[in-house]
Parts: sequence; structure tokens; C-alpha cells
Amino acid sequence: MIEAKALVLACSAIGAGIAMIAGLGAGIGQGIAAGKAAEAVGRQPEKKGDIIQTMLLGAAVAETTGIFAFVVAMILLYANPLVELLTK
Amino acid sequence: MEFGIKGVEYNFFGHSIMITQTNIVTWVIMAILILFAVTVRIALKNFKDVPESKFQNFVEAFVEFFDNFVTGVMGQRNKVFVPYFMSVFTFLAIANMIALFGIRPPTADINATLAFGIVTFFLIHITGMRVHGLGHFKEFIEPSPIMLPIHIVGELATPISLSFRLFGNILAGLILVELFYHLMPIFLKVGVPAFLHAYFDVFEGILQGFIFTMLSMVYIATKSQPSHH
Repeated sequence: MIEAKALVLACSAIGAGIAMIAGLGAGIGQGIAAGKAAEAVGRQPEKKGDIIQTMLLGAAVAETTGIFAFVVAMILLYANPLVELLTK
Repeated sequence: MEFGIKGVEYNFFGHSIMITQTNIVTWVIMAILILFAVTVRIALKNFKDVPESKFQNFVEAFVEFFDNFVTGVMGQRNKVFVPYFMSVFTFLAIANMIALFGIRPPTADINATLAFGIVTFFLIHITGMRVHGLGHFKEFIEPSPIMLPIHIVGELATPISLSFRLFGNILAGLILVELFYHLMPIFLKVGVPAFLHAYFDVFEGILQGFIFTMLSMVYIATKSQPSHH
């Protein structure tokens, strides 16, 4: 039969992979931000500096949920609390 | 491939304290910044009204840039926050970029970024209480008292999201660069990693420091607006 620790490790690895699906939202959000910024620069080329600053700010905030998913994946792979619970 | 943080454990009167890589690198960066500040202070008596030396030009440009930046975002009434945000942005920019030298950045440790997030959290609420008095807490019950848990969770999300954004971005850069070094053949390890370092350490480092500072400023500025009830 499957021993407990192997099962926990396997499911953690699958979970880490599934967690990274959140990168989809981050990619789409940042793409929309960049698209709107390109539109704005096309309309007012002399304000390029301000527009780029605002775009970077918005894109980094939109990236946050992707980063949360990355942190969850890293914890599952490298600092797994479930394995420690098992060997207590 | 080891991604953990190394440290030594000390025993103080029965309590054990761990001194980690993060602590040491933070102290080194603090020493550099304090040395720079003391140098400027000592050279201050030779500063003239019309700058003649390049050092005075640099210092004046540095301070003026942050003055305009912070008062541009927060308004002239919040001028008192300029030195704090100048220090935070400089520290974060240097700390994120220190991976260029092969040292693990202190912001790749959730403890360091959470410390910054908690300081911002307290700044937000203390500013709110200074400007609005106890009415600052009345807004949690705004439409109806049922909204109280939702507002509390929203307020707690602020320092957590700020700190995890910074931590996750820097840690991601660290892991990707180390994976690259570990997996690539030797002829790709010379020259090519320069682009990775340039993106993950320089660009992302400065950008994330800028984002953290800018978001802290915006949160504090919205709480410090005198309301018209």
C-alpha cells in the first residue's frame, strides 16, 4: 500500500502545481494594464513618464495574487508543514 | 540546492535567540547608510548657498527628489513623512539589489518584510487617530455593525499584502537565478546570467521598493484627509 509520508509528499507536489494556476489572473491583469497604458500614451505622447509610472504601479499590485500563489507553492515544496505534522 | 536561511543560536539567560544571515546583512546595510548620513552631516558646514562641489549637488538632488516625490503623493500637510520614506526606499533599494553581490537579500526573509508592513500598519492607524480622533474607529461600523468583521479583515490585509508582495517577488528572483546556475552547462553560466540579474535584482528590486513606498504613502494619505461630515 501507499505509505502515509509518500502520499503527503505526492499530494503536496500536485497542490503546488495546481496553485500556480493563479498566474493566469496575474498575466491577464498586467496585460490589460499595459494595454490601457499603451492606449493612453497613444492619445497623449507628452505624458509618457507619468503614464509609465502609473502603469508599473498598477501592474505590480495586480501581480500580488500571483505572488501569493507562488509563496504557497514554495512552502508546499520546500518548507512543508504537513510532513512535520506526520512525523510528530 | 538550499533555499533556507542559515543562522546561529545563542542562549541569553535561558531564552534562545537566533542570529541569522538576515540580521547580519541588515546591520551591514544600516552601517553603510549611517556612515553616509554622518559624512553628510560633517560635510554640512562646508555647504554653500550655490553648490560648488559634486557631493553637495548629489545630496541636494537626492533630498529634493524625495521631497517632491513624497509631497506630490501625500500633499504638503504630510511633509513630516519625507525622512521616513526616504530611509525606507533607500534601504529597500539597497537590500533588494545586494543579490548582485551573491549575498542573500534580507528582504527575502518574511520577518524583515513583515516588520516593514507592521510599521506601515501602525503609521496608518496612528495617523487616522491623530486626524479624526476616535471617529477613526467609527468608520468601521459605517453602513451597519455587521460590516465590522469585514472591515477588520480588510485592514489586516494591508500589511500582509504589502509584506508578502515584497517577500514573494524577491524570493522568486532568488530561486530562479539559483535554479539557472544549478541546471545550466558551464558555457551558459558566463555572461548570460547578467540579463537575469539585471531584471530580477536591479529592475525588480528598485520597482518593488518603489511600490512598497508608494502604497504605504497612498494608504497613509487617504487616512489623513480631514473629512467633512
